[in-house]
Amino acid sequence: MPDLKELYDAVVRGDAKAATAITQQALAQGTDPLQLVNQCMVPAMDEVGRRFECNEYFVPELLISARAMKGALELVRPILTARGQEPLGRVAIGTVRGDLHDIGKNLVASLLEGGGFEVIDLGVNVPPEKFIATIAEKQANIVAMSALLTTTMPAMKTTIEGLKQAGVRDKVKVLIGGAPITQQYADEIGADGYSENAVGAVALAKQAMAARKSP
Amino acid sequence: MKPLLQQLLAEGPVITDGAWGTQLQERGLPLGEFPDAWNLTRPDAVSEVACAYVQAGSRVILTNTFGANSIRLGDHAAAAKLADLNRRGVEISRAAAAGRASVFASIGPTGKLLMSGDVTREALLEAFAQQARALAEAGADALVLETMSDLDEAALAVEAAGQTGLPIVACMVFDSGKDKDRTMMGVTPEQAAQTLSQAGADVIGANCGQGIAGFLALARRLRAATDLPIWLKPNAGLPVMVNGQPHYNATPEEFAGYVPQLVALGAAFVGGCCGTRPDFIAAMRRQLHP
Repeated sequence: MPDLKELYDAVVRGDAKAATAITQQALAQGTDPLQLVNQCMVPAMDEVGRRFECNEYFVPELLISARAMKGALELVRPILTARGQEPLGRVAIGTVRGDLHDIGKNLVASLLEGGGFEVIDLGVNVPPEKFIATIAEKQANIVAMSALLTTTMPAMKTTIEGLKQAGVRDKVKVLIGGAPITQQYADEIGADGYSENAVGAVALAKQAMAARKSP
Repeated sequence: MKPLLQQLLAEGPVITDGAWGTQLQERGLPLGEFPDAWNLTRPDAVSEVACAYVQAGSRVILTNTFGANSIRLGDHAAAAKLADLNRRGVEISRAAAAGRASVFASIGPTGKLLMSGDVTREALLEAFAQQARALAEAGADALVLETMSDLDEAALAVEAAGQTGLPIVACMVFDSGKDKDRTMMGVTPEQAAQTLSQAGADVIGANCGQGIAGFLALARRLRAATDLPIWLKPNAGLPVMVNGQPHYNATPEEFAGYVPQLVALGAAFVGGCCGTRPDFIAAMRRQLHP
């Protein structure tokens, strides 16, 4: 049996090769995939998040750890799916209409994937209709919107209004983020949550799923 | 030091300009619209902003070309339009300067991350070289690489822009970490100064990301890390949303009150970024030349 601490360490230091190799070996030797996720990968990403919060890690370290996590998860996910194990949640994510910035959105998307969510990335300049269509087509539970500019953040409000008009606002939790966004703005436009960084966004998405399950 | 910089700095610290995007919005730039497009469609409004800064006392003005690189433009415009946007940007600022200010043309980041594989080094080099050439051919006096977060991208931009032979100002945005002394990518002022000097920058700086109080520490650290002139453009504080519109809280007087300290710490070029206006530049001029 491979040393599972090594998988944890590989994700924390962002070593994608090692993470994939150890996962492969562990699965071949019959380790329970859920154990790999819950006892190694998730705690590793939690540690990465902790290091980010206390300024030991910055965006590059987050990205390489998320990449290592993703590589390992891709090996595990098909087995879990075959067993009927659902992902933690389905997130339709995009940068709002009029805004072409995607660094923050991409970072949140990879950390959500790393955190066990299925992510449907709608790209940039996403109109409300596209979010609405994705909720129906992909059974998304969460709509996550990003905006970098003070000039484009009002599109978040328009999108939420669009969700209401389409009658799907209650089917999803709406989470928002981006440089000019504040909790106050999230409250003002009726979003369900705001995070000031990508690490917080994963915790927020987990809370949102928990809130859905226990109404 | 390149002759233009020597000439500008001979009379002491140089006042540059303030924000353009927020000024264009005040003149009706719609939410989400690409500001640089106005070089072609609303040159009158762009010219008003440039003129207002010259009148307020800017000795260096920038250009409305921050986003006019081929990677960022992407869907926004055909590549052929790129050269026009940059050329008109320089022409508008040049006409507004009317011999009273130098024109330092603005180049922003591409918005793509090298390390996540969204773009290659070659594509970055080519995009920056293309924009720098267009700006140089239109007659820019110098090039300013602004709001950079990633040191690799910034160094490639310096390398590409340097091919024009123009003086190059390279600045990064320090907005992360508990002391806001790192870029989003974790770069420190010391790392920025070292790498960007080596890449061939003539002036090193910081812009955007935080209000002017935080720039005191940045100025001190940049000064200690390089002998090159230092360029600073702080925001007018952080935006607060009022009725869905951003408002910046710092007043021109509060902002300008910090400028003598920044100069004492070694800043050679001082101006403002997001939320600063021509009246901020006028207040700075009163502080430095009472």
